[in-house]
Amino acid sequence: MDATIAALLTQDGLTNGSIYCLLALALVLVFAVTRVIFVPQGEFVVFSALTLAAFEQNKLPGTVWLLIALAAVAAFADVLSLWREPKRMLRSMAGTSLPAALAALLVWGVASAQMSFAIQVLATIAAVTAMGPAVYRLAFQPIASATVLTLLIVSVAVHFVLTGLGLLFFGAEGVRTTAFTSESFTIGSVSISGQSLLVYAFTIFLVIAMGLFFKFTLFGKALRATAANRTGARLVGISPNFAGSLSITLSAAIGAVSGLLIGPIATIYYDSGFLIGLKGFVGAIVGGLASYPVAAAGAIFVGLVESFSSFWASAYKEVIVFTLIIPVLLWRSFTTTHSEEE
Amino acid sequence: MSEALLEVSDLHVAYGQVEAVRRVSLSVPTGKIATVIGPNGAGKTTLLGAIMGLLPSHGTIRFAGERVEGYDTEALVRLGMTLVPEKRELFHEMTVLENLELGGFSRRRSGESRAALLNTLDEVFALFPRLKERQPQLAGTLSGGERQMLAVGRALMAKPKLLLLDEPSLGLAPLITRDILATIAKLRDTGLSVLLIEQNARAALKTADYGYVLETGELSLQGNADELLHDERVIATYLGKR
Repeated sequence: MDATIAALLTQDGLTNGSIYCLLALALVLVFAVTRVIFVPQGEFVVFSALTLAAFEQNKLPGTVWLLIALAAVAAFADVLSLWREPKRMLRSMAGTSLPAALAALLVWGVASAQMSFAIQVLATIAAVTAMGPAVYRLAFQPIASATVLTLLIVSVAVHFVLTGLGLLFFGAEGVRTTAFTSESFTIGSVSISGQSLLVYAFTIFLVIAMGLFFKFTLFGKALRATAANRTGARLVGISPNFAGSLSITLSAAIGAVSGLLIGPIATIYYDSGFLIGLKGFVGAIVGGLASYPVAAAGAIFVGLVESFSSFWASAYKEVIVFTLIIPVLLWRSFTTTHSEEE
Repeated sequence: MSEALLEVSDLHVAYGQVEAVRRVSLSVPTGKIATVIGPNGAGKTTLLGAIMGLLPSHGTIRFAGERVEGYDTEALVRLGMTLVPEKRELFHEMTVLENLELGGFSRRRSGESRAALLNTLDEVFALFPRLKERQPQLAGTLSGGERQMLAVGRALMAKPKLLLLDEPSLGLAPLITRDILATIAKLRDTGLSVLLIEQNARAALKTADYGYVLETGELSLQGNADELLHDERVIATYLGKR
């Protein structure tokens, strides 16, 4: 391997690592607030890429039907559980079914009017983000106080359901979206693609934005408070459902952006989400599902390992990446003290 | 007795088969301090948890005239009821100021301005000057007494009508306990109603206007605080000779 190849692999690794980094941060966020190991994180990435691809091919994205289905089932669940309290029922619907239905309308409008690329991108982010509250409402709100194991099992189930819905609404074909830019720059003998730079820039921007959100906004502090002390949070009036829904919605938004970033780099199928999410998960595990900076660094490391192992032993790429988790778990089991589940 | 702000009647709380609280009826008049005293394990904390919507219960709970049994804790906070729990339940990794800001969370969500919250913050700092000095410090690094001040301050940030206090003296030096109870009496004089749960019966009855004695989940005695202070049974069981 010479320096040029090493530089290329590094660039590749950093690009993928940046995306895993975003996913790792989303996983840490959702786990800290809800104790859910959010397996379906990758599905948001996939739905985002598939939605934008459908826009580009002038087709109506399957997202419309997916959103309508989520909105309808969430509304039905609200009617079933809250029909005695119409006010609360309407409030719950306004937070879950309504955004999903509006997003479906938006996607339909943007697709049928064949609007510009920028608007398609924004509609994609809105559509995938709007899935967050409905997924929380349907899958996790009813069992919010269950054990971590139960939450994990449901999380796996949600992953399978969403993958199945992905196949139903988007079909089995793989897609690649157009790159945001085809520019490339040369430094010495190494060329750096504009898309990679864009990925880095977006990642840095999102990481900083998340940091500011948690540090300075009321809702950001409310999420930190819920993660730190659930009872304390309830006592100041932060509803665990509000915090849970907000955290999964944020993670859906992060998934949507990640999907837009990864779409031009890799071919995305309806079931690609699991592997992408799992690599974010390895990063999150490095941070013990608790530390944002360590999770971010871990995820970027995962990207680099993946890229270099695809050069040296491409057949074993995934094996090498996922084997990373074993030394990390060993190290963590020796260095962290066991804490009892609440 | 003036009009009751909180009225609990025939409240039952069970953990599975075990009834920890039975047939409890009590009331807190507007602008007064009512206290529930009793030995360890009598069900005092359970009683407060049930009133605050943290534990399921049977019976009726009226707050400011509204039936609130079955309400979420968050909804009760919005209505003007806050609890300072025995374990404080502070956000240890956050600063004193952030803890206080979050105390006003439900007010901010229901549209109150930042300025209104800053006013309340000033009031809390006037009450507990120590918290003002400690603003940037993480809550987890505070001393026991300061933590209790922060827990009370955080609850006050919600501008409650009724403050529920669970064992504010727990683990604190007698002097600090006295300060905190004096502060609570001061708050009562500004119109706040308080339901105070205490093991330290003498201190509680000296601060309160009205008292209840809870034993093995049932109320065994009630009366004006002064009367209870001189009640032979209370003296024999909870106060001892002086």
